[in-house]
Amino acid sequence: MEKRVLVVEDEPNISEAIRFILMRNGWHVDVTADGIAAIGDLQTNPPDVLILDLMLPGVSGFDILKALRADPVTQTMPVLMLTAKGQAADREEAVRLGVTRFMTKPFANADVVAAVREMAGP
Amino acid sequence: MSFNLLVLTCIAYVIFLFFVASAAERSAQQGRAKWLRSPLVYTLSLSVYCTAWTFYGAVGYAARSGLEFMTIYLGPTLVFAGWWVLLRKLVRIGRENRVTSIADMISARYGKSNLLGVIVTLLCVAAGTPYIALQLQSIALSFTVFVSDQGRAPLAADRNLIAFWVAAGLTFFTIAFGTRNLDANEQHHGVVTAIAVEAVVKLLALIAVGIFVVWFVATGPSDILARIDAQALPEWTIQPGRWTGLILLSAIAIICLPRMFQVTVVENIDDKHLATASWAFPLYLFMISLFVLPIAVVGMELMPEGANPDMFVLTLPLHLGQDGLALLSFLGGFSAATSMVIVASLALATMVSNHIVVPLWLKLRAARNLDTGNMRLLVLSVRRLSISLVLGLGYIYYIISGGSEALAAIGLVAFVGVAQALPALMGALFWRGASRNGAALGLSIGTFLWFYTLFLPSFGPDVLLSAQVMEQGLFGQSWLRPYSLFGLTTLDPLLHALFWSLSLNTLAFCLGSLLSFPSPIERVQGALFVNIFDRPGPARSWTNPVAQAEDLLPMAQRILGASEGQAFFRAQAQAQGKNGFLPDITPEFLQGLELKMSGSVGAATAHAMISQTVGTAVVSVEDLMAVASETAQIIEYSSQLEAKSEELTLTARKLRDANEKLRTLSDQKDAFLSQISHELRTPMTSIRAFSEIMMESDGLSAQEQTHFARIIHDESIRLTRLLDDLLDLSVLEHGQVSLDIRPVNLRDLIDKSLTASKSVQAQRNFRILRSRDPEDVDIVTDPGRLTQVFINILSNARKYCDAADPQMKIIVRQRKSMIEVDFIDNGSGIARDKQALIFEKFSRLTDSLQAGGAGLGLAICREIMNNLGGDIDYVPGQGGAAFRVSLPLVLERPLDAASRSHPGGAG
Repeated sequence: MEKRVLVVEDEPNISEAIRFILMRNGWHVDVTADGIAAIGDLQTNPPDVLILDLMLPGVSGFDILKALRADPVTQTMPVLMLTAKGQAADREEAVRLGVTRFMTKPFANADVVAAVREMAGP
Repeated sequence: MSFNLLVLTCIAYVIFLFFVASAAERSAQQGRAKWLRSPLVYTLSLSVYCTAWTFYGAVGYAARSGLEFMTIYLGPTLVFAGWWVLLRKLVRIGRENRVTSIADMISARYGKSNLLGVIVTLLCVAAGTPYIALQLQSIALSFTVFVSDQGRAPLAADRNLIAFWVAAGLTFFTIAFGTRNLDANEQHHGVVTAIAVEAVVKLLALIAVGIFVVWFVATGPSDILARIDAQALPEWTIQPGRWTGLILLSAIAIICLPRMFQVTVVENIDDKHLATASWAFPLYLFMISLFVLPIAVVGMELMPEGANPDMFVLTLPLHLGQDGLALLSFLGGFSAATSMVIVASLALATMVSNHIVVPLWLKLRAARNLDTGNMRLLVLSVRRLSISLVLGLGYIYYIISGGSEALAAIGLVAFVGVAQALPALMGALFWRGASRNGAALGLSIGTFLWFYTLFLPSFGPDVLLSAQVMEQGLFGQSWLRPYSLFGLTTLDPLLHALFWSLSLNTLAFCLGSLLSFPSPIERVQGALFVNIFDRPGPARSWTNPVAQAEDLLPMAQRILGASEGQAFFRAQAQAQGKNGFLPDITPEFLQGLELKMSGSVGAATAHAMISQTVGTAVVSVEDLMAVASETAQIIEYSSQLEAKSEELTLTARKLRDANEKLRTLSDQKDAFLSQISHELRTPMTSIRAFSEIMMESDGLSAQEQTHFARIIHDESIRLTRLLDDLLDLSVLEHGQVSLDIRPVNLRDLIDKSLTASKSVQAQRNFRILRSRDPEDVDIVTDPGRLTQVFINILSNARKYCDAADPQMKIIVRQRKSMIEVDFIDNGSGIARDKQALIFEKFSRLTDSLQAGGAGLGLAICREIMNNLGGDIDYVPGQGGAAFRVSLPLVLERPLDAASRSHPGGAG
């Protein structure tokens, strides 16, 4: 079965780009800009890999990550966090909260594909 | 009687006085002579009040003015008999403070002010010098009376020679007995005893002449009374006003005259003597005045026409061939004169040396860094010099005045002079609020008025004060006439001067005291003086002069600390070859202890504490003052420390505040950079991602290619706009913006802005509500910048107004020189908690896609409006988002440019 990636990103152009490159590599990609709605969705229908933007309207990527790691269902879900702020403190915080991978925008498309592939496992 | 015999008698008499004085001095030193300290000697010494002026002059006074001479005795009688409470206080304060003169007393009371000491000294010297001259004159005159009796014409040169030798002799006597020792309390037993002897001599002489006149010339008291009745004495009636004034004057004089202060206060040994003096001294005055009137009446009867009534006491016995009686009378007058000169010059010399010469010398020495030298010898030499000076002045005054009759009035003139010290002296005794400034003011004004209204005119017109000034007043101002100041013409010169000088003196003293703030030392001294009887006399534990080490150890421990105190005592005991903590109390030990303690509490305090504990010395007011002064220094020092620490606290707080501000700025800068990074990276992410897609993917459809290229294009524009906004904001914030100011019509601007903003969310159809007439205003501003603000507001409305049927109301209003433009939409507006944030940088409230900006718009608008001399505000409660732009009708360019532009900034 085709593996599924969920992209939580408020910048439509960026989510479109990610979707394009992942789909091209054979992933099923769902996109949402609404972080709060995504949390419930993640538990009922967990994706194989989650790509999460740090700065979302109304909610922080950290909050979503925290909620995921608190729930047994999503405790081990691979999460790739993306941020445009590029502060070292954010990376540390993300690692502390149990992020799988952390990447700064702008990114190389190949890196994103490689990371997702690696995280999804065999 | 031959002239030489007279001189010989004088010399013999003086030698006798020398013998008496030195015998008294010797016995006083050996502590034997109990009788020296008797109330009798004290009372007799008070008779120094009766000078040659009273001895000879009273008879003359009676011959001229009837009973009025009595006032001179009544004043002192009233003071001694009626008001000895005052004297007791004066004497107690004087003794306990070791006061050396009236100047010293006033100076000590008012914070040891040497200024006051100097003023009082000068006043007393000015009043005292003519008075001394008067005594020299009386002696010279009495000599001439004898000489003329022998048929020789009296020569002025002879008189001057006599006056010179008398002055020289008295100088020698005063120096010999007045400066023998430098006793702390300035008591001179020799002088006092000699004065007492002289008091007896002059009393006996006057009584002898009186008895001779009453029982030998007349036939008894009834005969004398009949003769008095027969004699038409002028001014026989009592004038109440003048009598009151004169009694008051002599009452003041008995307190304030330097020589009286010397014998009453300085030479007093025990205040109990005052109890005796309170009846004995009036009795003495009564006896000395008893025969004045009979002598005057008989003299006027028997003496030839034109005879000087001032000399009746002497000339009457001579005239009647009683050479022996005349000689006794001469010695009486001589005694009266010399006793006054001796005591007065001693008192004046003490003041001159203590308040003028020694302070000057010390100042000079300090200035030149001279060696300390022998202070004792110095002070004695100065004292001797001062005595010579005072007597020399008296002699010179006598020579210059030519022994004129004018001298006779000088007694009362001097009384008025010294009376100026009264307000300050009474204030010192009874009024704690009296202050140094008040005393100085009162004394100066009183002294000046005395000089002007009495002293200078007393020499007669054109001597010291020109006749013109006397008659027409100073500068021709009639109200400044010396004898009728401020138009007061009803009083005779003496009482006129007394009235003005003393009342204005008192007024100035009271006002000055009330209006000035006494220094701490004045307050302490004031309390000590005024409340002298409230505390027990100085503790004198002579019975147990040696304290126990047990008493000293706790005190030392309290001062030095327990261990150090014990260590010191143990070390001292060991040095004496003893074990334990209790050494023998030797002078060396006490000295060491005092030294040790003075390191902690100051020398004066240490001395006072040890003195008190050991009981070998009295803790004097001086000691207490030194303690107070040390304490004051410590307080001063600690308050300085306190101020310093307060200053440090303040600096620390300032640093903390500055640090806080820097931290906030730094945080803001970090947040700003982080925001910028985010805003720049976001479009760049899209650009990079899609350009990589386009680079790598061959199988892109033409439609996809166009779509991706458009995204890259739009994001590049977004980036550029962001950078433009940032630069714009930076320029505006730093006031480096160059404004293009010109006249423009506001309605045109609004039209243009509406048109320009239509492209934003072009699909939304906004209803614009505006009233075109009020918009038709010509304003002077930067049209481009103002349009930028309007467009921003309108675009925001198009983006964020969430109403289904969006509308925009534009209201223009003029307020004085300002114009207001309100933009109100019908959306849900901005939440109350966000309203304060919207003008901050990057304060985008919703997601960026819809906004299409970086959240810098309103921040830029605010900066623009500030640059245009106006403002932009969010107006809550308008039913939607409402922004109010206010700006001046006419923007003053030069002022604005000058205040905002950096020098040489962009233009």
